[in-house]
Amino acid sequence: MEVFVQQLINGITLGSIYGLIAIGYTMVFGIIGMVNFAHGDVFMVSAFIALIAYLVLTTWLGVSSVVLALFVVLIVAMLLTSLVSWAIERLAYRPLRGSFRLAPLISAIGMSIFLMNFVQVAQGPRNKSIPPLIRGEFLLIDSATYKVSLSHKQLIIWAVTALLLAAFWYVVSRTSLGRAQRACEQDRKMAALLGVNVDRTISATFVIGAALAAVAGTMYLTHYGVVSFADGFVPGVKAFTAAVLGGIGSLPGAVLGGLLIGLIETFWSAYFSTDYKDVAAFSILAITLIFLPQGILGRPDVEKV
Amino acid sequence: MRAHADPLLRVEHLSMRFGGLIAVEDLSFVAGRGEITALIGPNGAGKTTVFNCITGFYTPSEGRISLAHGGGAFASIERLTASGKRSLRRSGAALYLLERMPDYLVARQARVARTFQNIRLFPAMTVLENLLVAQHNALTLASGFTLLGLIGARSYARAEAAALQKARRWLARVGLIERADDAAGELAYGAQRRLEIARAMCADPVLLCLDEPAAGLNPREKAELAELLHAIRAEHAVSILLIEHDMGVVMDISDHVIVLDYGRKIADGAPQEVTRDARVIAAYLGVADDEIAKAEAGLP
Amino acid sequence: MSEAAAATPARADRGGALKDAGITALIALGLFLPLIGLRTVQNIRNELVLETRWPLLAACVGAVVAVRLLGTLVVAPMLARRPAATLAARAAKSARRARLPRVLGPLAIGFAMTYPLLVIWLVGATGANKWIDNFGIQILIYVMLGLGLNIVVGLAGLLDLGYVAFYAVGAYSYALLAKTFGLSFWMLLPLAGILAAFWGILLGFPVLRLRGDYLAIVTLAFGEMIRLVLINWVPVTNGYAGVSGVPRPTFFGIAFNASDQGFAAIFGLAFSPTHRAFFLYYVILGIGRAWEALREDEIACRSLGINTTVTKLTAFAIGAMFGGIAGAFFAARQGFISPESFTFMESAVILSIVVLGGMGSQIGVAIAAIVMIGGTEILRELDLLRAVFGAAFDPTQYRMLIFGFGMVLIMVWRPRGLIASRQPSVSLHNGVPPAGDLVKEGRG
Repeated sequence: MEVFVQQLINGITLGSIYGLIAIGYTMVFGIIGMVNFAHGDVFMVSAFIALIAYLVLTTWLGVSSVVLALFVVLIVAMLLTSLVSWAIERLAYRPLRGSFRLAPLISAIGMSIFLMNFVQVAQGPRNKSIPPLIRGEFLLIDSATYKVSLSHKQLIIWAVTALLLAAFWYVVSRTSLGRAQRACEQDRKMAALLGVNVDRTISATFVIGAALAAVAGTMYLTHYGVVSFADGFVPGVKAFTAAVLGGIGSLPGAVLGGLLIGLIETFWSAYFSTDYKDVAAFSILAITLIFLPQGILGRPDVEKV
Repeated sequence: MRAHADPLLRVEHLSMRFGGLIAVEDLSFVAGRGEITALIGPNGAGKTTVFNCITGFYTPSEGRISLAHGGGAFASIERLTASGKRSLRRSGAALYLLERMPDYLVARQARVARTFQNIRLFPAMTVLENLLVAQHNALTLASGFTLLGLIGARSYARAEAAALQKARRWLARVGLIERADDAAGELAYGAQRRLEIARAMCADPVLLCLDEPAAGLNPREKAELAELLHAIRAEHAVSILLIEHDMGVVMDISDHVIVLDYGRKIADGAPQEVTRDARVIAAYLGVADDEIAKAEAGLP
Repeated sequence: MSEAAAATPARADRGGALKDAGITALIALGLFLPLIGLRTVQNIRNELVLETRWPLLAACVGAVVAVRLLGTLVVAPMLARRPAATLAARAAKSARRARLPRVLGPLAIGFAMTYPLLVIWLVGATGANKWIDNFGIQILIYVMLGLGLNIVVGLAGLLDLGYVAFYAVGAYSYALLAKTFGLSFWMLLPLAGILAAFWGILLGFPVLRLRGDYLAIVTLAFGEMIRLVLINWVPVTNGYAGVSGVPRPTFFGIAFNASDQGFAAIFGLAFSPTHRAFFLYYVILGIGRAWEALREDEIACRSLGINTTVTKLTAFAIGAMFGGIAGAFFAARQGFISPESFTFMESAVILSIVVLGGMGSQIGVAIAAIVMIGGTEILRELDLLRAVFGAAFDPTQYRMLIFGFGMVLIMVWRPRGLIASRQPSVSLHNGVPPAGDLVKEGRG
């Protein structure tokens, strides 16, 4: 029981990070039908930006308030990562719009390789670790054999994720940008005829996805305190898995899928073996897709004869 | 229902539901061997659904669709139905229950070929290749599932030559021999329609199902199409089932017309009989405005 | 139009270009400031601290602005001035391009056959090893992988992102069977292919109902799973440590030692043309046509009596077989294999070879493999770069960076790949092959 609760807490924490990344995949897929393979690396870049911003604040400017530092780091990471993602879309994807489906995918894979190696060359191949930002925890259950705790950083991750998801939800469901996005999703040509600026809407989609990935990157850094240039791929693949699991194109699906993948991974590690935790995540993905091809919250794909 | 001395296809009590939507309800009809049967009706009447049921793309919710090769095979239909099998083959005759077969077997074994409302060619492949893909099964058999072909067996070379010969004949027939090496996607619309028919014929069907073959054709092309279909029926042992909107074409070429409206059959008979049917006129042409006005005025 | 009128827009253009360059500079500054301008390093107490690299940052931003200005002021007007090619000229050009593969094919095979001898003749026996091993065999292994994946992606239109799994199956089959049972290379080569094909069918069966991107993600997952199993199933695979001491190929019991690698290479090279011939045969045979038809329109295929499941599985199995054979070659060449060689990146590289080459084009695949693999191998060798950037410059570091960027550039430049026309399997009039822009990418 205690183990279960603790793993639940850990799983939700991990899952919210996956969910935040998954939204970027699902939104881009929804609007231009493309798997943005570089998104995992955008997440990794955001963690590096957060790391550098944190170091600037603490070692150069001498900011001592952790909350203030974290807040500023989050804003800076979101802004600069958005810029990175915007530039990627502009350079590597926009010229390929309307081309055949695999071209942007290959371009994205190239971008992913580029970003990974760029960070490796620019920042060095070693792991970058910082001392824990936030210490302290709430002891929830204190039995003789096992202690269940909710650390402050986990709580902060939950709170920030929830808050930003709410803000994000407002943007895509209540604003004209969200309406333009949904229109482009349905029929890009028609939306353009009706005066929607399609290019700008797609750019905005990439920017929003990247901003959420930057939140995930900052949270990742806060939680693990370490990041390396190769940290984009595995979380990226898992977040994509989450997006597909939840039903690609569906925003609540992405969050749900992220949480599920996070929970599956932590529970598998706790009860079975850490060695095969990724195998578990992938198997569940394969099984879901084979039996429920549209994902949990996705719309079924009807074959038209 | 029109009686036939020699039926080819029998559709009995066919119903197709998609969730709550009833696309086809309790439809029965017979298509005679060697005849051109037309399935007509307003948009949304369920014609294409019937086609998809016959060709195995949909599994009907209810009903039986049977097709006979050779005369007299329908005699054993109840025995086949009870046996739970898909088909019954004897020398010279065979009976198939199409609703039990997957689409590719309907095409391969029962030899039903079809065209599509929104033309489905292999656009990047050449016109000639399109016709060879239609003969894929025959070629695979001849090549011993490509193993014999790999070692260059003579039988394969002969089969390939025969396939090419047949493709060439059909290309000449539909007037596309000059375009043989062009990509199918580059052809004009009317030529694509003709190619699709030629491709279906290369599969050696006993029943050719044409889904709106005259759609988008100009009057001259329509006349050519009618002539082509007549010729196909005259020269080959093939019956034709077609869906068509163009009443001119239907009246010109069909032997037998079935009219659908809202998934139900409202008329069945020779073209001249059907056009005189009041229900057909109401369904097809719509009720005139003044009649609606008259009906409304009559309401209490 | 008077000269003055013509000059005014040009001047306005220049002003616009400067403004544009200014914006570009700002964006580049935003992009590069944290990652290039600042560098995280560990100090003596093992804490992370920041170093600044302002000159490098300035150089990078300057370079971006220069490229941008060049683009707006020189390249764009030049493109605008160039008269639009007439339709006839374009058709002639595409016809020329289409004929290219026919001439290039035999030439390439001939070159591949004589390459090792050529190299030995040019650089002498001692220096030849590097050129044969790094370039010759490496490229050919990728050509093989590319041809195999080309069947799956280019012909059948099934997007497989886990192709590396079959490569791994082939490599491990060879390595383990050769080590434990001492079976010979020539016996294991087909066996590796068969085992990989078997895995292809096994993995293909459940996933073929999926379409498009779902298929892609599930194959990616399977690829990763096989790698994770290789890592974790230590008793058999020796985990991360990998399998070393993989027996080298022998020829009728005579072992080739390292200096004789040219010999193994010759066999490897000789094999590839056979491979290609085999592949071509498939295309000419019905099955290749059925694969292509499947990519074009699956529903139409079914209406013609083609069993699409079986056809897809054949594509999967034969593609996997090529991967397995390439894997066996890889294991034999390296003498050592570990799971690190079979990451997703490898699948991505193979897929990009297929797409860059032009989907469905075999000669395109060969060219792309030479450009991508040969190109990045050459980057290892360039002392020239060191002369420009100073002695501390290590070109190998930038290899993958340039590789990734090159992929993006080639896609933007030619989204349909290098050879975008397809060769029809038969023709009546020996006409011009159809243009590639009608080729569909398939939905499966």
